[in-house]
Amino acid sequence: MSTHAAEKRSFGAVLWDYLTTVDHKKIAVLYLIGGGFFFVLGGLEAMLIRIQLISPDNEFISAQFYNEVMTMHGTTMIFLAAMPLLFALMNAVVPLQIGARDVAFPFINALGFWLFAFGGILLNLSWFLGGAPDAGWTAYAPLSILSPHHGIDFYAVGLQISGFGTLMAGINFLVTIINMRAPGMTYMRMPLFTWTTFVASVLILFAFPPLTVGLFEMIFDRLFGANFFKPEMGGNVIIWEHLFWIFGHPEVYILVLPAFGIFSEIIPTFSKKRLFGYSSMVFATVLIAFLGFMVWAHHMFTVGLGPIANSIFAVATMAIAVPTGIKIFNWLLTMWGGNIRITTPMLYALGFIPSFTVGGMTGVMLAAAAADLQYHDSYFVVAHFHYVIVGGVVLGVLAGLTYWWPRMFGTMLDEKLGKWTFWIFFIGFHLTFFIQHFLGLMGMPRRYWKFLPNQGLDLGNLISTIGAVLMAVGAVMFVWNIIKTTVKGEKVSHDPWDGRTLEWAVPSPTPEYNFKQTPLVRGLDPLWVEKMEGNGKMIPAEPLGDIHMPNSSFLPFMMSLGLFIAGIGVIYQVDHKAWWIVAAIGFIITFGTMFLRSIKDDLGYHIHKEDLEDEGAGVK
Amino acid sequence: MSKNTNSTHTDAFYKEKHKEEMKYQVITFAMMIIFTIIAFGLVAGGFSKYFTIPVILVLAAVQFLFQLYYFMHMNQKGHEMPALMIYSGVFAAILTILALTTIVWW
Repeated sequence: MSTHAAEKRSFGAVLWDYLTTVDHKKIAVLYLIGGGFFFVLGGLEAMLIRIQLISPDNEFISAQFYNEVMTMHGTTMIFLAAMPLLFALMNAVVPLQIGARDVAFPFINALGFWLFAFGGILLNLSWFLGGAPDAGWTAYAPLSILSPHHGIDFYAVGLQISGFGTLMAGINFLVTIINMRAPGMTYMRMPLFTWTTFVASVLILFAFPPLTVGLFEMIFDRLFGANFFKPEMGGNVIIWEHLFWIFGHPEVYILVLPAFGIFSEIIPTFSKKRLFGYSSMVFATVLIAFLGFMVWAHHMFTVGLGPIANSIFAVATMAIAVPTGIKIFNWLLTMWGGNIRITTPMLYALGFIPSFTVGGMTGVMLAAAAADLQYHDSYFVVAHFHYVIVGGVVLGVLAGLTYWWPRMFGTMLDEKLGKWTFWIFFIGFHLTFFIQHFLGLMGMPRRYWKFLPNQGLDLGNLISTIGAVLMAVGAVMFVWNIIKTTVKGEKVSHDPWDGRTLEWAVPSPTPEYNFKQTPLVRGLDPLWVEKMEGNGKMIPAEPLGDIHMPNSSFLPFMMSLGLFIAGIGVIYQVDHKAWWIVAAIGFIITFGTMFLRSIKDDLGYHIHKEDLEDEGAGVK
Repeated sequence: MSKNTNSTHTDAFYKEKHKEEMKYQVITFAMMIIFTIIAFGLVAGGFSKYFTIPVILVLAAVQFLFQLYYFMHMNQKGHEMPALMIYSGVFAAILTILALTTIVWW
């Protein structure tokens, strides 16, 4: 599908195309739009928080509204912004990096996106339907069970639906990476972004079921009179904390590992060197994932698990600093002696290394169980996790979008504006969160609506808010850059950065079948191998043949819509039994479309090789 | 495997392999029946609870592995990745259960 043809089509046709698409490149765009929207929404919530805390005893927003904004900021940023934005990059890049024509299950890929989208919409509908969730993004049990309005129900049901989508996306990437690598693409020749996607998908596979179980228990407690988290009925509130963090800790690695992968692609490209210590990078990634599963209780040091449990989890947590350190040194050594080009993505990478190191260092401080009793629930923790998440994941996403923008859209984001964006965002980020370490050490508790004057907290909070405004300006500039570049529409070549990996070997715009002929991979950084030892073009591993393509389908949208409607019905059936009708309609839509999918054979279609050559001739 | 390669040599090879596989399957099946009889016997025989329960659990675990390796062909080549995933999942599940039993339910 060339862009030339797309321009001529009506808006309705394009919309229908995107509603029914199963093409990984278009699903990437959908994830980008969805994740980008929620990122802006979460950013607005962050601005409300910072404006409320700009001065002591402020009355800008009410306490209840502050709780809702604070809860939704965390939930939105983690589940609805960071993960979808990473999925956007994974969908856009991973199949190309391994030389595949699409993901293993294109239909499920689309279903995963629509489940995320409808889950996110359901969650945010709560703003208009009597109040958003207000128990923090962790929704700790007694508070979340006792919350009187429907906010927490929207939290539980919305996250459940979008969680299904995430789980599907994770399984899809696993199967794709295991089974669909091009000939010669062994595990130890996979680009680091593919490796980190693979490991993050394993984490999704094992970390999301505990969340599913926890959310179901919460739904049953709140909507169907169960007693999982009600101590007076024999339940146990601590179980929620365990289930949440057994999911929640791997979740932060699900977020940060792909970001590591993005930087591991960018740094070699702009240093003109292969990644230093490739195998140790892979080893470190797997080790982080492995250790990531036995550290969850470090979020619960103050619960009273006892000294032995606290010590075990403290030591395991500190151990994670080792593989992470391996990575930091490998990035530094990749740059050492390299021919470094300071482009916008490289700037983000250079900003990421020290920022993330600061976040990692405060992480080790927090891992010391005895010291954590002092830090717990203070702004020190807030500063720590914003250093790793903004300094790692957000910088990673912005870097990855700038780096792969030519691959995804055929145009190049403005470099000058991009560098300004980086500096404003980066300075704003450090201004916002560095001071929060000290606010925390001075005793400012997190999640509080107000602080009192003359306790030494006034200036620090003012500085923090000024930083947040700068971050917002940076984000707006990034969006402006996207709009400007899109309107200008200046096409660039298929390999504008002088790339090393397979995704840069494909003509631009990417044909819907990606590779006319599956490429033969002759080493790590396959395109670079061909540039050095061949003629700069991939050697085909197969003769030209017909290409089998999946059909577009509207069913994923309908399945997700059904669950969305059912979710609303289930939430409101406690108020009036008639809402069961709505729930039933929703379930009928979902299971009806599933049934339809099962009985109707959908064998896809073939692009004949004669047509292939026609289309390919004008592009390359 | 069903493809006729016109070579008695390969046919003989596959025949031998099938035979071997069949042998293992029958042995496994017989052992599973014996295990089940032992399990019933232990309960019927009125042995101590602290002896019966662990033994039955061990027998169940062995039967489960037989099922995976011989009947679901995990002993054949090309199953390394599923095996890795299964064991990672078992690891994560055991860790969770171990932690919850020791620090919450003890």
